[in-house]
Amino acid sequence: MTGQERVAEKAARSSTSPALEMRGITKRFPGTLANDGIDLEIRPGEIHALLGENGAGKSTLMNILYGLLTPDSGEILMDGATVTIRDPADAIARGIGMVHQHFMLVPVLSVAENVMLGSEVMRGPVLLDVGEAAKRIRALAEQVGFTIDPGARVEQLSVGQQQRVEIVKALYRRARILVLDEPTAVLTPQETDEIFTVLRRLRTEGTSIVFISHKLDEVLRIADRITVIRRGKVVGELDPGATTEQECADLMVGRSVSLKVDRGVAHPGEPVLSVRGLVVRDDRGHETVRGVDLEIRSGEIVGIAGVAGNGQEELVEAITGLRKPSAGHVSLTGRDVTGAAPRAVRDRGVGYVPADRQRYGLVLGFPVDDNTVLTEYLNEPYAHGVVRDDRAIRKRAETLIVEFDIRAPGPDVRVSTLSGGNQQKVVVAREFGGDKLLILDQPTRGIDVGSTEFIHKRTVEQRDAGSAVLLVSADLDEVLELSDRVLVIHRGRIVGEFDAASAERDKIGLLMARGQAA
Amino acid sequence: MSGARARLGSWWRLAQLPVLAIVLALVIAAAIIIVSSAFTGTGFFPLLPLFAYGALFAGAFASDIALNNTLVAAAPLMLGGLAIGLGFKAGLFNIGVAGQFLAGAFASAVVGAALAQQPVALAVTASLLAAGAAGAALAFIPGWLKAHTGAHEVVTTIMLNNATALLLAWAVTDLVRAPVFTFPRTGEIGNSALPVLLGRNLHLGVPLALITIFAVRWLLERTTLGFEIRTVGANPNAARYAGMPPLVIVPLTMALSGLLGGLAGGIQMLGVIGFYASGISASVGFDSIAVALLGRSDPIGILFAAILFGAFRAGAPLMQITTSVPIEIIDIIQALIILFLAANLIVRRVFRLRAPGLGIEGATTVTRTWGEQVRG
Repeated sequence: MTGQERVAEKAARSSTSPALEMRGITKRFPGTLANDGIDLEIRPGEIHALLGENGAGKSTLMNILYGLLTPDSGEILMDGATVTIRDPADAIARGIGMVHQHFMLVPVLSVAENVMLGSEVMRGPVLLDVGEAAKRIRALAEQVGFTIDPGARVEQLSVGQQQRVEIVKALYRRARILVLDEPTAVLTPQETDEIFTVLRRLRTEGTSIVFISHKLDEVLRIADRITVIRRGKVVGELDPGATTEQECADLMVGRSVSLKVDRGVAHPGEPVLSVRGLVVRDDRGHETVRGVDLEIRSGEIVGIAGVAGNGQEELVEAITGLRKPSAGHVSLTGRDVTGAAPRAVRDRGVGYVPADRQRYGLVLGFPVDDNTVLTEYLNEPYAHGVVRDDRAIRKRAETLIVEFDIRAPGPDVRVSTLSGGNQQKVVVAREFGGDKLLILDQPTRGIDVGSTEFIHKRTVEQRDAGSAVLLVSADLDEVLELSDRVLVIHRGRIVGEFDAASAERDKIGLLMARGQAA
Repeated sequence: MSGARARLGSWWRLAQLPVLAIVLALVIAAAIIIVSSAFTGTGFFPLLPLFAYGALFAGAFASDIALNNTLVAAAPLMLGGLAIGLGFKAGLFNIGVAGQFLAGAFASAVVGAALAQQPVALAVTASLLAAGAAGAALAFIPGWLKAHTGAHEVVTTIMLNNATALLLAWAVTDLVRAPVFTFPRTGEIGNSALPVLLGRNLHLGVPLALITIFAVRWLLERTTLGFEIRTVGANPNAARYAGMPPLVIVPLTMALSGLLGGLAGGIQMLGVIGFYASGISASVGFDSIAVALLGRSDPIGILFAAILFGAFRAGAPLMQITTSVPIEIIDIIQALIILFLAANLIVRRVFRLRAPGLGIEGATTVTRTWGEQVRG
C-alpha cells in the first residue's frame, strides 16, 4: 500500500469534519499562476505539513488564508461554512494565527508591546497594562519552554529570539488554526524538540497546525499529514508514517534530488583568516563575543554551530568590518584588518552572505540587476570612473540568473517580488566569486531543498577552488553536512572543536545549549 | 508597440496619484469658489470656477508673456524641488531649503553687487557660484550633525532656517548695507543680473534650471554616487553592508541638496528680485516641498510639478482681475494637493484605485526614524 492510498483510507475512516477547507483556490499574478486550483483540508487537532519549493505557492496560499490576498477564484470554509476573510484582523478574529517567515514585528517596540499589538491589555480606558501583558507573556513562554524578556526591544534581539516572539504572539491570541512558516529554521535540535512538544500539546487541545518547513526530517517527525505543492498545484498527499525524505523531496522538486552533500576530502592550505582574542560588544554594550580565537585555511570549510544569539552575528560583523571589536585582532592573509571599514575588508577578497538578506543583503525596492552589483558597483566593468555601465550591469544579472537558476521574470523586476529562496540566490550569486574568504551566515535559511542542494554544491566547489569558507548556521545538520571542522560557540566563547568525521551530533547539541558536554 | 504601451502604463502608475490629487483639489477648490461667490458682489454664481480656472489658464499659458511668467516662476521651484527630492532619495528630509534659498539669495546679492561693474560672464558666474556655495555650506551643517551625532535633520534644518533669516537680517543691516538707500538693502547688482533671453523677463535661470533637472537625473540614475545615494535612502543597512560610507554620503547629499536650494535663491535674486533686504519671501523653500512631493522626488516629475505651481503663481493675478476670485485660492489648491498626496487613501477611494499592495512596492522613502545615528 502506498502512502497516498493509506491517507485516503484514513480519511474515509475519519468522521470528523475539517476545521478548515480551502477549495479550488486560484491566484494569478502578472506573469505567474501562483495557485492553480489548490484544495487543502485541515482537520481539528492535526498537524498538517505543507511542502513545496520556494515559489511553489505556499506563501500565496497562506496569505490568502490570512486575508492578505484575495483569491481570483475558489472558496474557504471554516467548520463547514463558507467564509470570506477580508483582512488579517478578520483572520485573527476567526482564530487563525500566523507566524511569517519574515517577521512582522515593530523593531523599536518591546517584546510585550509587540505581542499585545492589536489585542492590547488595558488598565482603564487609555493606559496600556504592559506589566500584565508581560506577566502573561512570561507564563506563555514558560509553557512553550522558552525564556523571553518581555521588556527587551525587538530590534536588539537576534533573529532566533525574534522568531520566539512571533510564536508567542500567535499563541497569545489563542489561535485555533496556527500557521507556522519555517518555524524551526533558526532553532537548535533541542529547541526544535521543545517546540514540537508544544505543538503536540496544542494538537491534543484541538488546535490545528499548518506547518511549513523545508526540513524533511522534521516534517516526517511532527506531521500527521503532508500536502506537497509544486508550481501552484497540489501534486500529492503523503502519510508521514509511510514515506521517506527522498520521496518527499523528489515529489516537491519534480525530479530525483540528492540530499547528501557530495564532497571529497578537504586539502587545507595557507591560513586565510586568523582571529585572535576577539571581544565584541552588541548594540546594548554587552560583550557578546568574549575572546574568540579561530583560524581558517584556504580550501577548508569551518562551521560554527550555536544557538542563535550566542555572539555569531557580532563575530561575523567584527570580521567583515561592520562592527568595531573592543579587543583582539583580525587578520586576512597575514594583513591586519582589525576595525577596518567594510569596503577595505571586501577589497581584500571577502565575500559575505549575511544572515538577514532583506535587512542587509538586498535593497528590496531595487531591481535584480542593481542588486547583483550592490557590492561591486564601483568596479570595472560595472562603472567607468563615476559613470555606471547599465549594459554591463544588466549582462551580469542575466548571466547570474542563468548560472544560479534564479526564477525571475527578468533583470529589471524588483527583488521584492521574488520568493525568499530566489532572493537568497541573488545574494549568493553576487557573493560567490573568486574570493579568498567566503563568509556564509545562515546561507540556506528558509530555502527549499532544490536551492539548498545547489548552494551547498557551490560552496564545496568554492572550497575546492581554494577559498576559505566560514559557515555560520543555526541548522546543526547543515553545519555537520558541509563543514570540514566544526566549532561550537556558546555565550561568546568557542567551547568545542570537532573534526567533521568524528563529530557527535548529541554532544554538539548539548554544547550548543549548555556550553559543556555533560 | 507593446513596449511603448508598457512604458505608458508604468508612467501612468507613477503619475496617476499626483494627477488625480490635482483633479480632486481643483474640484474641491471649485466648490469653495462657488460657495464663497454667494458672499461677494457678484452673487451666487455656480459657473464661476470655470471662468476662474479659465482665466488662471490664460494667465499662465495663453500668450508669450504668460508662458514666460510661468517659466520664470517655475525655475526656482525646479531647483528647490530638486533640492528636496535629492534629499528624499537618500532618506533625508531637508526642510532647510527655505534657509538655503535665503543664504543663496544673500550671497549672490552681495557678490553680485561687488562685481556689478565687471564683465557679465564673470559677474554672473561668480554670483551664481556664491549662491550655490552658500546653500551647500549651510546644508552641510545638519548633514554632518546627522552623520556624526544622529541629530535629526528635520529639527536642525528648521532651526537653521530661523537662525539664517535672523543672521542675514543683521548682516544686511550692519555689515553689507548699501549706503544710498533709505532702508537696509544690498547694492545694485548691475552686470551680475541674469541676462534676459526672451521677451521681457525670461532670464538665464530658466534654461539653467532645466539643465539642472537633467543633470540631477543623470547623477541619480547613471553615476555611482547616485546609486550610493539611492541605496542609503532605500536601505541604509544594505548600504553599510555593501561598503558604502554613510558618514560621507549623508553630509555630501545634504550639501548637494543645499547647493540646489542656494542656486534657487541665486537665480531668483539675480533674475527677479535684484537686491537683498530683510523680509524677502522664502516661500519658494516651502513650495519646493510640495513640488518634490507632487513630483514623487523624480526629476522629471519635479519639472512638471514646478511648471504647474509656476503656472498657478503666474496665472493667479489675471484670475483675480477678471473674476474677482482672490489669489489666495491658489494656496488652498496647493494645500489640498499636498493633503491628498499625503492622505492618498482618499484619492484611492474616490477614484477606486487598487491599493499599492503590500510592502515596499511604489513607496517613496521620505524620511527614516527619528534620532537614528548613522553608522560608519
